[in-house]
Amino acid sequence: MKQKGPGPVVWESGVEVASLYTEHELDKSGGVERVGRPGDFPFTRGIHPEMYRKRPWTMRQYSGFGTARETHERFLYLIENGNTGLNVAFDLPTQCGLDSDHPMADGEVGRVGMAVDTLADMEEAFADIPLNDITVSLTINGAAVPIMAMYFSMAKKRGFDLSSLRGTAQNDILKEFVGRGTWIYPVGPSMRLVADTIEFCARNVPRYSAVSVCGYHIRESGATPAQEMAYGLAIAAAYVEEALKRGIDVNAIGKTLSFNFDIFGNIWEQVAKFRAGRRLYARMMQERFGVTEPRAQQMRMIAGGGGGGLTIQQPENNIVRGAYYALISALSGTQTMALCSYDEAYTIPSEHAARLSLRTMQILMHEMGLTDTVDPLGGSWFVESMTNEMENRIEAITKQLEAEGGIVEAISEGRVQAEVNRQAFERERKIQSGELKKVGVNCFVEEEEAPEVEFHPYRREEARSQMRRLDEIRSSRDAGHVEAALQAVEKAATGEENVMPAVMDAVEAYATVGEICSALERVFGRFQEPVRF
Amino acid sequence: MSESRIRVLVAKPGLDGHDVGAKLVCRALMRAGMEVIYTGLRQSPEAIARVALAESVDVVGLSVLSGAHLPLCEKVIGKLREQGLEEVPVIVGGNIPSRDHAALAGLGVAGVFPTGTPFEAIADFVRERVAS
Repeated sequence: MKQKGPGPVVWESGVEVASLYTEHELDKSGGVERVGRPGDFPFTRGIHPEMYRKRPWTMRQYSGFGTARETHERFLYLIENGNTGLNVAFDLPTQCGLDSDHPMADGEVGRVGMAVDTLADMEEAFADIPLNDITVSLTINGAAVPIMAMYFSMAKKRGFDLSSLRGTAQNDILKEFVGRGTWIYPVGPSMRLVADTIEFCARNVPRYSAVSVCGYHIRESGATPAQEMAYGLAIAAAYVEEALKRGIDVNAIGKTLSFNFDIFGNIWEQVAKFRAGRRLYARMMQERFGVTEPRAQQMRMIAGGGGGGLTIQQPENNIVRGAYYALISALSGTQTMALCSYDEAYTIPSEHAARLSLRTMQILMHEMGLTDTVDPLGGSWFVESMTNEMENRIEAITKQLEAEGGIVEAISEGRVQAEVNRQAFERERKIQSGELKKVGVNCFVEEEEAPEVEFHPYRREEARSQMRRLDEIRSSRDAGHVEAALQAVEKAATGEENVMPAVMDAVEAYATVGEICSALERVFGRFQEPVRF
Repeated sequence: MSESRIRVLVAKPGLDGHDVGAKLVCRALMRAGMEVIYTGLRQSPEAIARVALAESVDVVGLSVLSGAHLPLCEKVIGKLREQGLEEVPVIVGGNIPSRDHAALAGLGVAGVFPTGTPFEAIADFVRERVAS
């Protein structure tokens, strides 16, 4: 590294940091006029007046693997250990809309999440879990339509009233085109399906978040924190616009949206990102869309992670990183927290590692005073100045996106993907050159690497049992009924009708995820990935 | 067109959608002066072998982060052989634990480059393999 004496301190987002902040710097950055009180517009200090005093954050570790039966056991284990929500991981075939016996599913069934083929799997996974106390988040995007329908059908069959059901589906397809990659259909029909789910929820499951807009995966794919927030805001606006075409009240739309953000990197940059993001979102919803109800102006979020910050080298360091990420999350006023476990750079978390993540959050909540008072950083000359600076930076990115034709077009053409990948390359280059420090990676490296973590075993027997179960269901269901239900799905997709009611009928007839997604694909076709460097 | 430029196919077999690493390696190899063909996500082993043949590539690089690297490498190498491409070295990157490196070598994988491998090490390896 070049030794040039103390140079400027510049965050990843491009914001420069002074060595001292006083009233003077704060005034110059725009002062505190836009801060407001917690629970009041524009919610800089948090969306509730008393925040964690009244509503401690939900702890919702991401989990799921193998079959519904195995995942059910892990759910019970996490709840027993204090998880207050469930965040469901689905395996790749399910996420890509393929049945467990599809040729492309070979070797992937139950590997990175739970395998779901039919409603029967959903019923087994959530058996006896009190869906009114434990809020469930479904990490599903390309195949969100059948999976959400299965969850709602399962809840209905269990006797829960859909109008009071709470929870979240990830269902943010635009970010899948940028990072994570579980898209199925082209951008246009994918947007239509998101609007179908928003409309269905706004009318039938009003307390449920139909979409969780994910800056998270865009950041993981290489975006800076300011880009993460800017792209998240632009994506949220795109869904609101699409849903407005259905004639739904904009306040009802706003209430179905939530957010998912990433935490790794500089502490202050993340805190400023969240405070600025809440403010920008509230203003966007009010000024641009005319939202009047506070709940529909509030950026409700899960914030944690942060997989991108964890390292393969010296894996135990990730325990320490996770504790700092949780601290940032609490200081930023998140509603829900989840942490990547220390072994997650290698494998899906062991019980031991998942429990440690939970304990990390519990220690913060119960020992460290993070719930004592609302937004303890509010009013700090430094934090408020940087909130103003990040706000300007984020707004500049969203304005540029608009000027260039909007986020939907930018993603369809692969421009966002190329920009995010360019940033990823820069970041990796800086890590490899030592310009960006990573402990254990490019400094404080240990010659003799510690032994690797304990690996989660992949059991082919579980995959085979899933396929046997699928065979049994296929041969025991009413084939004529399934065929008619799938034709109804195709018909709804061909016209302008909302597909959700037809998909609900199909899942209740035990049609599979693969059958429903194929019916939709026959109408919509497949996304062709634009590759740009 | 320079005849000496090395041609590399970077492919994402299976269903894993994590493509950051694959695209980073594409950029790094392009900067190192190579021609890179990137397949995009969710390619079947057959499709990867077909592209390798059609593009007459010198090296095939696979990126896997889902943990399914053993079955996927085995299938892709099998399909390359069927196309008569047994001489084309296959390298693999991603979330590949060291305990699986020997098994991958046994399947015929020429080199393993786990997440975090310096770009230069990959480019150097490719150059040496193609020269030999």
